[in-house]
Amino acid sequence: MNPHKLLHPRPEGLYCPPGDFYIDPVRPVDRALITHGHSDHARSGHGHVLATRETLDIMAIRHGENFAGASQVAKIGEMITINGVRVSFHPAGHVLGSVQIAVELDGTRIVASGDYKRVADPTCAPFELVPCDVFITEATFGLPVFRHPRPEDEIARLLKSMTQFPERSHLVGAYALGKAQRVIRLVRDAGYEDTIFIHGALARLCDYYVSQGIDLGKLSPATIDRTAKTDFSGALVVGPPSAFADRWARRFPDPVAAFASGWMRIRQRAKQRGVELPIILSDHSDWDELILTIRQTGASEVWVTHGREEALVRWCELEGIKARPLHLVGYEDEGDA
Amino acid sequence: MKRFAELLDRLLLTSSRNAKLKLMIDHFREMPDPERGLALAALTGELSFSSVKPALLRTLIMERMDAVLFTYSYDYVGDLAETVSLVWPDGGLANDRDIPLSYAVDTLHAVSRSDAPKVLVSLLDRLEPPSRFALIKLVTGGLRVGVSARLAKQALADFGNVEVHEIEELWHGLTPPYEELFAWLEGLGPKPEQAAFAPFRPVMLSTPVQDSDLSKIDPADYAAEWKWDGIRVQAVSENGVRRLYSRTGDDISATFPDLLEAMDFEGALDGELLVGTPPEHVGTFSDLQQRLNRKVVPMKTIREYPAFVRCYDLLIDGDEDVRTLPLAERRQRLERFVTTLDPARFDLSPIVDFNNWEHLERLRVAPPHPIIEGVMLKRLDFTYVAGRPKGPWFKWKRDPHTVDAVLMYAQRGHGKRSGYYSDYTFGVWKGDELVPVGKAYFGFTDEELRQIDKFIRDNTVERFGPVRSVRAEPDHGLVLEVAFEGLARSARHKSGVAMRFPRVSRLRWDKPPAEADRLEALTAMLD
Repeated sequence: MNPHKLLHPRPEGLYCPPGDFYIDPVRPVDRALITHGHSDHARSGHGHVLATRETLDIMAIRHGENFAGASQVAKIGEMITINGVRVSFHPAGHVLGSVQIAVELDGTRIVASGDYKRVADPTCAPFELVPCDVFITEATFGLPVFRHPRPEDEIARLLKSMTQFPERSHLVGAYALGKAQRVIRLVRDAGYEDTIFIHGALARLCDYYVSQGIDLGKLSPATIDRTAKTDFSGALVVGPPSAFADRWARRFPDPVAAFASGWMRIRQRAKQRGVELPIILSDHSDWDELILTIRQTGASEVWVTHGREEALVRWCELEGIKARPLHLVGYEDEGDA
Repeated sequence: MKRFAELLDRLLLTSSRNAKLKLMIDHFREMPDPERGLALAALTGELSFSSVKPALLRTLIMERMDAVLFTYSYDYVGDLAETVSLVWPDGGLANDRDIPLSYAVDTLHAVSRSDAPKVLVSLLDRLEPPSRFALIKLVTGGLRVGVSARLAKQALADFGNVEVHEIEELWHGLTPPYEELFAWLEGLGPKPEQAAFAPFRPVMLSTPVQDSDLSKIDPADYAAEWKWDGIRVQAVSENGVRRLYSRTGDDISATFPDLLEAMDFEGALDGELLVGTPPEHVGTFSDLQQRLNRKVVPMKTIREYPAFVRCYDLLIDGDEDVRTLPLAERRQRLERFVTTLDPARFDLSPIVDFNNWEHLERLRVAPPHPIIEGVMLKRLDFTYVAGRPKGPWFKWKRDPHTVDAVLMYAQRGHGKRSGYYSDYTFGVWKGDELVPVGKAYFGFTDEELRQIDKFIRDNTVERFGPVRSVRAEPDHGLVLEVAFEGLARSARHKSGVAMRFPRVSRLRWDKPPAEADRLEALTAMLD
């Protein structure tokens, strides 16, 4: 069948007419399938939500228990039929609970990958390759300049800086869901055992990760104890990037501003943000992962959702793969939120 | 190469001087010879290669990737070296790929011009993106990481726990990778012999006069002379070798061929570099700037702005080191010495006669020439020593100019000031609009910083990344009294003027912006 009849963009999001459902809709709809818990993909106010248990938990944490009229847990790998359309969820390796959603009807299979990465992440299940006819990919880092280095090397640079400047605190800006926990876990894997201080915005999500068996070591809120005169000298502090531009950051002595993001690959972006220690660490695929994945899925057609579509479409053309941008609106760039 | 690239990247993004020093010192400590010496050479600008032009980089990358994809990439990144370093194909994962900086330097030094592209390709193929970037920056010239040669030498001095002038003194006799120098600094070898011809001698510097200083010293013990507003230089001519040094020991001979030609003496002079035709005409500092920091000086500029040295002191007389003689004796020798020189290129900085401090104060506030920025006091019985001892030499500067300007933009600070808006762009009125005339980021107390920061947060109009524009209207805004040392014409600034050494001297909460100064008040100071 014509794949556009199976899935196509609408102002609300990606819509499946035969199944009468949306994937990651940006406006309230009756029936939504959600790939992961980032707020631009997982909005509140839908009639029915189908997502992994982790994603549903995260939505409840972020939006309150009544984030949707009704919710249903999708199990990884299980086939669900919605109005005759076969739907299955597969790990995307992006953040805890993140999936790609495969949609199949009359022998045509489309995989909507949501956001995904291929590099190993100790805080979520690894990406699973799902062969398909049409692959819907993100393109957040869809330019050949984005090539993420090894996460361990980036964390090693952070720890080295902490030994070089033991009197300064190191403030790591990291997105509250996924990136923050990944940074903390990677720092633990690198052997750092001291208390890590976290911004209040991270607390509930960190607790949730811990409840899901992801050990984050000893965490403590980065609040000032006025009686004890807390000193953050030499401390490692993790918080959302926006907090470090604010007055909140003043409590730390001569801080080293670090920022964990794929954007940090570009020096000028680091400089503009006043970042002293860029940590190039992303939960999205870099250019090499994007093109590797497109090739491996064997898809004869690629739809590009959000990010820098034009370069990826160009690459597909050069490879003889049919490609087009979907121009979905409402999704944010990583870390700019 | 990886470690060197890492050092460059950290230096680029670190604004604190102390943190930069720490990064360099650690590098010198952790890296073996010759790697650290070559890193030092790169930072001090002592490494040069038969240059690779940007056009070559472009050609090489076009042979390796789709032109459209490259254009998208370059448009996004905006820097050719960085774009090429990132998009360069590495054929799979470049894990554990690295080559020593010394290998890259040796290879590139040995290569002929025609083989350069091939060799560059083979090196780039073997590196990861940050190292590729460092390599490209090295071969195209100009690291631009915000480290001066002086700061790199300071890091060396701190590393070896010696005075920086000791490094400066030796510097011109040393060549990369400086193994002898590092051995000495680590206490593993003797201090290297001064090997250069016409070497630099570390200069003697003054301290500013403090309120109580003058009451404690006797005017009879001191000579006074004008403090000229040029750049302090040392002109050395020995055994047929002629060199002109800046006060930090940078060799600036190539920029002043006209002056070098006139250095037909044996000795070393300390003086102020100025432009004009002495003794009558002395150009302004902005005239002098036409001659500074140029690799090639057009003949026309040399004719229009001839350079000369107004001599303060004599360090070497013939083959005799006279630095150990008292100033009174050096001065006598200097007066004799200068009579033998071309008067269009060397003249004497005159001694200013004065009876007492009040008399000198009157002379100081009304100097006979606009290029004078104050007076110097020098103890007549003191020898010439390196560094900045307190007591023998004082500078007593003319009071700074001030202007009342309106705060227009503010930028977030770094380090201890992160979280505060601490860098201010201010403007004055031109007609009924404000034009920016400068930037200042010090001069205020911590308490004042908090007050300004609050004003900025409460009055933000727009945000551009870390920069905010603030309300600056005739009846609403913040007036800053800005002190500065001088003004120069500037084609780069909308206002047409650029300030030297501006700092916030007072916050004028009391003053409505409409009453701040007008641009005419500044342009009137230009001539």
